[in-house]
Amino acid sequence: MANVSTLLADRRAEFTGYSFAFLDDMAKREIRRSILKAIAIPGHQVPFGSREMPIARGWGTGGLQITLALVGPTDAIKVIDQGDDASVNAANLRRLIAKTTGATEVYATHEATLIQTRHRIPEERLGAGQILILQVPVPEPLRFVERSVAAARAMHAERDYAQMWLALYEDIVRRGEVSAGAGYPVMVNHRFIMAPSPIPRWDIPKLHHAQSLFLFGAGREKRIYAVPPFTDVRPLEFEDFPFDTEHFDGKSCIRCGATDSYLTESPREDGSKVAVCSDSSYCDDTLSGRKVVNRW
Amino acid sequence: MGYSSVRGGLDAIEHAERLIDLTVVDSPHQVELPQVRDHLQLLLDQVMGEGGVYDPDLGALAVKQAEGDPIEASFLLRAYRTTLPRLGYSFPSTGRALRVMRRISSAFRDIPGGQVLGTTRDYTQRLLDFSLTSRREPSTLIAPLVDAPAAGEFPLVIDGLRDEGLAAPAPVRQHDEEPFDITREPMRFPATRAGRLQVLARGETGAMLSLAYAGLRGYGGAHGYVAELRSGDLPVMISHPVTGNPVRIGWVPVTECYQVVGGQASLQEGERHDYDLGYGIVTGRNERKAISMSILDGSLRKREKSTQPLEDEEYVMYHIDAIEAMGFVEHLKLPHYVGFTASLQRTSRVRELAQAARSRG
Repeated sequence: MANVSTLLADRRAEFTGYSFAFLDDMAKREIRRSILKAIAIPGHQVPFGSREMPIARGWGTGGLQITLALVGPTDAIKVIDQGDDASVNAANLRRLIAKTTGATEVYATHEATLIQTRHRIPEERLGAGQILILQVPVPEPLRFVERSVAAARAMHAERDYAQMWLALYEDIVRRGEVSAGAGYPVMVNHRFIMAPSPIPRWDIPKLHHAQSLFLFGAGREKRIYAVPPFTDVRPLEFEDFPFDTEHFDGKSCIRCGATDSYLTESPREDGSKVAVCSDSSYCDDTLSGRKVVNRW
Repeated sequence: MGYSSVRGGLDAIEHAERLIDLTVVDSPHQVELPQVRDHLQLLLDQVMGEGGVYDPDLGALAVKQAEGDPIEASFLLRAYRTTLPRLGYSFPSTGRALRVMRRISSAFRDIPGGQVLGTTRDYTQRLLDFSLTSRREPSTLIAPLVDAPAAGEFPLVIDGLRDEGLAAPAPVRQHDEEPFDITREPMRFPATRAGRLQVLARGETGAMLSLAYAGLRGYGGAHGYVAELRSGDLPVMISHPVTGNPVRIGWVPVTECYQVVGGQASLQEGERHDYDLGYGIVTGRNERKAISMSILDGSLRKREKSTQPLEDEEYVMYHIDAIEAMGFVEHLKLPHYVGFTASLQRTSRVRELAQAARSRG
């Protein structure tokens, strides 16, 4: 057992004393196997022995474990929180990944091989070979109709989604709308209802028949799931009540002027509001005039 | 412009790290690790137990680094522990091998071996001792300390109840059976007893106290009887890597609580014993948690369908882990701009619909 002084010395020497990419090899192997299983059964939640990470539960430990199990020293890593590379938690995760692996840190979406994200899918269409790793707070889409994990698991196994459809129907009857905003439930490969993580409705259509691989990691809830490339992913909707995304009609980004990206609004002191692109890489590209394919 | 303050996150978090460092070391009275080890023993016990590592040096370091926040300190320990290789398992140890320093029973006045009050604040008066504001000599003992008694000198009270057939016999375990490990495998429900006890043993003292209290007030926990509460040192025995013989590699101070719950003989089920055992064990001297754990273990043993929160495994086991709970609750500090925008759009849409419906009449 290392004593305290060597541990302190290790700390100054930055991660000597830890494995490459923090996780030990057994943990990486287990996570990779869970990922392979998840890809083989799109939308199915695979339980895994989620490790304690040096960042807090609920702050991206599931996504981080996937990223660290996949990353190699030649990878280009992008981490975004709400679409933004420079957001504090994204910066903290990215420097941990870089520090423990030597991988290159990038901001540009098209340069990244692995993108870890919280709550957004980039505006720029991802290509084959790119992997998007989504941080997931609650992996169970049935949680709000069935709080028991064991019972929800049985419902998935039996494809018994009546309660979910009923909840959507009741929502429409009571409010005239499906109230789910971010994290709108989707049907994957005609088999599993899946929680897409709290991405806005705006991003839901991007999951359908994408070229890239989507991996979802829930650290606290200890689940990994996946949407492989070219998989059918449909939002839950009724024939006579189609799914709809957010709209930003007449608004544009105050920084780059974009009118075709997901905008977030902030109040100003004079009571007015300003809108900016939530995807900072897309915003930079629009500013610099780079041509970006944003039709998924 | 508001936008610029969102960028530059890396710079901000590096400044925050330095500010934290100041709170830990910027003073002429820096905390020395031996001070934590020798005088903040109860905090250390809680941190090591909930962190899942018995190592007083690392525990003291974690307490110092966390400014004394027990949840943050146990989080630091767990994040370190998870990187350590799993070299092997000890032999199962039972309370019968405990080198007893204190043991009480509230179920019986006299117990074989006798009650030993030991180190406890239970019968002290909670008056601030102003003589502690400066250094002073320790008070003299009324009787000299004696060497710890031999293992086996104090038989388990529960064994007596088992011999009489009042409590279920102790479970028999294969020595070569590898235990379920909650740090390597996700929980499934219904949980194994080993898994359940591990979750309870790492649970947070305050959370477990609160749930156990709710149980006593009628939310599903049974009011049982403490057959025995005992603390002392438990030997850790492993198989010698060369000879294969059991060898003792050290002692771990623990507190155990044996609570008997139930008590109505069931006429329908002939084989059923009158009392169930609710068991609690913690590192060090955390009696509050040991008793809470025995209450929760006892209430979770009820197998009949129940709607009581404390008889619901998922409810109890998912919500007593402070590291997971604090992470998720505090993640609300993270930006949620995207989700809130989506929510605002839904809300205004629903409001529009409601207004339209009202104006239609």
